[in-house]
Amino acid sequence: MATLEIHDLHVSVETETGSTEILRGVDLTVKQGETHAIMGPNGSGKSTLAYSLAGHPKYTVTGGTVTLDGEDVLEMSVDERARAGVFLAMQYPVEVPGVSVSNFLRTSATAIRGEAPKLRTWVKEVKEAMQRLEMDPAFAERNVNEGFSGGEKKRHEILQLELLKPRIAILDETDSGLDIDALRIVSEGVNRLREGGEVGTLLITHYTRILRYIKPDHVHVFAGGRIVESAGPELADKLEAEGYEQYTKGGAS
Amino acid sequence: MPAGASAGGAVAVAAESSVATRMSAPPSFDVADFPVPHGREEEWRFTPLDRLRGLHDGTAVPGGTIKVEVEAPDGVTVTPVGRDDPRVGRAGAPVDRVAAQAFSSFEKATVISVPKEAVLKEPVRVALHGEGGVTFGHTVFEIGAFAEVVLVLDHTGDTVRSANVEFLVGDGAKLTVVSVQDWDDTAVHCSQHSALVGRDASFKSVVVTFGGDVVRIHPRVAYAGPGGEAELYGVYFTDNGQHQEHRLLVDHNAPNCRSNVAYKGALQGADAHAVWIGDVVIRTSATGTDTYELNRNLVLTDGARVDSVPNLEIETGEIAGAGHASATGRFEDEQLFYLMARGIPADEARRLVVRGFFAELVQQIGVPDVEERLIAKLEAELEASIA
Ligand SMILES: Nc1ncnc2c1ncn2[C@@H]1O[C@H](COP(=O)(O)OP(=O)(O)OP(=O)(O)O)[C@@H](O)[C@H]1O
Ligand SMILES: [Mg+2]
Repeated sequence: MATLEIHDLHVSVETETGSTEILRGVDLTVKQGETHAIMGPNGSGKSTLAYSLAGHPKYTVTGGTVTLDGEDVLEMSVDERARAGVFLAMQYPVEVPGVSVSNFLRTSATAIRGEAPKLRTWVKEVKEAMQRLEMDPAFAERNVNEGFSGGEKKRHEILQLELLKPRIAILDETDSGLDIDALRIVSEGVNRLREGGEVGTLLITHYTRILRYIKPDHVHVFAGGRIVESAGPELADKLEAEGYEQYTKGGAS
Repeated sequence: MPAGASAGGAVAVAAESSVATRMSAPPSFDVADFPVPHGREEEWRFTPLDRLRGLHDGTAVPGGTIKVEVEAPDGVTVTPVGRDDPRVGRAGAPVDRVAAQAFSSFEKATVISVPKEAVLKEPVRVALHGEGGVTFGHTVFEIGAFAEVVLVLDHTGDTVRSANVEFLVGDGAKLTVVSVQDWDDTAVHCSQHSALVGRDASFKSVVVTFGGDVVRIHPRVAYAGPGGEAELYGVYFTDNGQHQEHRLLVDHNAPNCRSNVAYKGALQGADAHAVWIGDVVIRTSATGTDTYELNRNLVLTDGARVDSVPNLEIETGEIAGAGHASATGRFEDEQLFYLMARGIPADEARRLVVRGFFAELVQQIGVPDVEERLIAKLEAELEASIA
């Protein structure tokens, strides 16, 4: 039973003018099988939350706790978190020159699974996963994210999600920059994993569009570095109609 | 950029080439035409003269030995010749005192000839293994018109050596040269590689430098006619205390020629010092020139120093393209984060990033056993840095 518990999380970044607090007390519990949508205006700190959970060195945790099944996530290095089952599909995936997608996928699958996948079944597994995401097999021989379009990068993130089968999946604006077909394909990928019932999903998004394909159990509004309102899926409809204005004015951030 | 690194760039439009004027003496075959350098001269300011073991001031006395093995397919001839042979010196005179010292000091030059139109299936291999002491050398590779040749120059062992190597690339010929400097950590090696690229010929040079205490190489290209192409690639891995210097010159002296320069290096350890000078001159006559040069350095640990100086001089406006880039940085933190966020441990992620950094250049070698050896070397260097 995978449970991610975030309690009173405070995170800062170092800037030229000193340290700036971006997350100001985030509380959230994501259980296996649940899908939580986090919605909020630009700059509210959604990516900061995602990166902090994955352990990006740019962000400094100044307070609070994060545990996965009681284990202290904040104590773990970036790769340990991934091996513990935390996966971050990034808003802006990074190009890695000279490292092929196939080498990258196999190296990470080996690390996550604790042993190298059998070559024969692995090749088939990757091929089929790429097919489902309608990715050209030629991508396997290209360098990681190098020259990929925005949509291709997102498919590549979901390809990894499907192959690595995390216990907690954090999707940071996986929907942005996708046309409607790509959005459907990518959402189906996420849903395939969710159907297994073994993953807890944290779906970060700015728009309600993706929620038509990936149905959340809980919707949270994120503003000014914390969750300011939580409810069921109906909250998304309200946000669709009214926008974020009521959360941002009056100095919520 | 880390402390201790410097990078500069200049695009000069000048009637008089500053590449030429900033040398302390014009090229010459006679060592006496060059003053003994003191270290402040433009062409010597990065080099630790006190570690050249006298190659620069006449105190290095020849007497060492170097074992030379030549593996040449049928039809290739190997001929010892004297200084008076018309092929010796044809691709260019020595440009500094150490190169001139080699020219004044060698006993016999060697001319290795590939007949015209010969398409060699196997590489020509020249292996030099230093057995200590001071040595000088001069080798001319003469590639006949329309011949296609891969040449591997392999340097191992210990020596204090200055040598000139010439490549006379016939019209329409294709020559790939891979020069591997895999010396012991005590070796000193200065070498001027001068290529004269024939009409419509292609010259590709891959310089791979790992070993040595001081290695200082001048890959130089000029064109004997229009339509020539030069690709100059380099890979270096500069360790603790090593000085590795690559000083390139592409002299676009004929119309419609192309050149592409890409050198990449990784540095690690205290007092590792890499120097890269990329001079490209486009003469008034060289209309239709297309050139690009790039140098990238990856600084793996503190205490390493890079000097990277691209320099482009354009004397004509009628060119197809000219550009340069130079960058020195640490490990890409974002790349490491991305790989680690997929469960890959830090040391393995680092290995992937460095391998990837060099991959495009390693692929240029095109000689499988040399590629494999280079990859194995890179792995070994990385093991040392990560451990
Ligand atoms: N390294 C940094 N240096 C300075 N400020 C930063 C840094 N990283 C994030 N910030 C600031 O923190 C705030 C939150 O950024 P974050 O990227 O988390 O927002 P977001 O909610 O993901 O926005 P978006 O919807 O645009 O993706 C922003 O004001 C941003 O400028
Ligand atoms: Mg964001």
